[in-house]
Amino acid sequence: MNRNRWGAGALAPAFLFAATSGALAHGFAGDRFFPATILTDDPFVADEMSLPTFTRSPNAADGSQEYHLDVDLAKRLTPDFGIVIGRGWTYHQSPGMPAVTGFDALHTAAQYQLFIDGPHEMLGLLGLNVTWAHTGRVQALAAPDFTTLSPTFDFGKGFGDLPRSLPYLRPFAITGNLGFDFPTKTESAGTPNPDNFNYGFAFEYSLPYLQCCVKDIGLRPPFNQLIPLVEVAFSTPMNRTFAGATTTGTVQPGIIWSGPYFQIAAEAILPVTHATGHGLGGLIQFHIYLDDLFPRSFGRPVSEWLQ
Amino acid sequence: MNRIILTLVASMMAIPAAMPSARGHAFLDHATPAVGSAVPQSPPVVTLWFTQDLEPAFSNVTVTNDAGERVDLGNAQIPAGSPAELRIGLKALPPGTYTVIWHVVSVDTHPTQGTFTFDVGGG
Repeated sequence: MNRNRWGAGALAPAFLFAATSGALAHGFAGDRFFPATILTDDPFVADEMSLPTFTRSPNAADGSQEYHLDVDLAKRLTPDFGIVIGRGWTYHQSPGMPAVTGFDALHTAAQYQLFIDGPHEMLGLLGLNVTWAHTGRVQALAAPDFTTLSPTFDFGKGFGDLPRSLPYLRPFAITGNLGFDFPTKTESAGTPNPDNFNYGFAFEYSLPYLQCCVKDIGLRPPFNQLIPLVEVAFSTPMNRTFAGATTTGTVQPGIIWSGPYFQIAAEAILPVTHATGHGLGGLIQFHIYLDDLFPRSFGRPVSEWLQ
Repeated sequence: MNRIILTLVASMMAIPAAMPSARGHAFLDHATPAVGSAVPQSPPVVTLWFTQDLEPAFSNVTVTNDAGERVDLGNAQIPAGSPAELRIGLKALPPGTYTVIWHVVSVDTHPTQGTFTFDVGGG
């Protein structure tokens, strides 16, 4: 570098520290940027906020409709350890009944970044999600009267390391979650609370990756910032099953636009089992990158605030 | 309910305009030679344009041939007056495939990296 050498010495400690630790939020692994997905938990700790996610669920089997408004905040405490806290608000309309509104259960998570493998564009994260009892409208909106502990393993893999003879496959990436729900109460109002096995995946095709690292096909903003994706998620009861307790899941095709300090996502929601509901739902999310908005303060890990 | 939905969507669209100006990560916007392109003759320089301004002391680019040998002149620089541009001179390149490897830090301390190839003489 030939320009501004005069400042390099003075700035070196601060920039080296930032560039090697605190600034690595977002989902980066080598050349790959993983966006924050909606249905699939992200396999990276981050300083980000979904404000808000607005969801129109598919109609329930009894014809009732629900709208959800959710807010989530992810914050790194150290470069490799973060927490998540989230809360939702629901509008529920059953046929022939007055609408019911109220808060959903509070949910939190603790997350540890297991590994980031840059050359192979791989990420791994261990998490413990907790949904807290009696923090939502239990009677009116069926919010849980029990706490649920949900250990998860979240992973991501980009396919940029495929042979260069397969150029148009290299922008593909997959992220996924494998986890369990362990309710702390086996039964609520006479209905069993089963343990569940949860699994979900997001299949992404990154146009930013295509443009930067494979072939410039001439896309310009906003099209070179689009990431089409399909998310799927399922939950299967493992025990204490009862009539009506069956696998639920959705398929959610959509698109993410990722900008310099926020992203916007929109997805359709297609139920894949009768128990999940019927008809078409949809969601839209506005997601803020706090590390880009506040790179020298709130966007850094808490452990680095005083350094 | 529809009125609530419309208000929410309108509010979400308005949030970006109300946000403070931020810089964030520097992503590659475009390059010359273009990413994945073929050029008929050896280019004198490789030039990269990024989406954010760069921190000169911690931004670099190298170019290698198929054998992994450096073919650049080691003079990476950010031109005066163009803080989001990074360029490096090249030796005379025989026909072949060349790999550009860049690591940059934006002025807001965010590091990013990338790799791409281009062909000279049709590769």
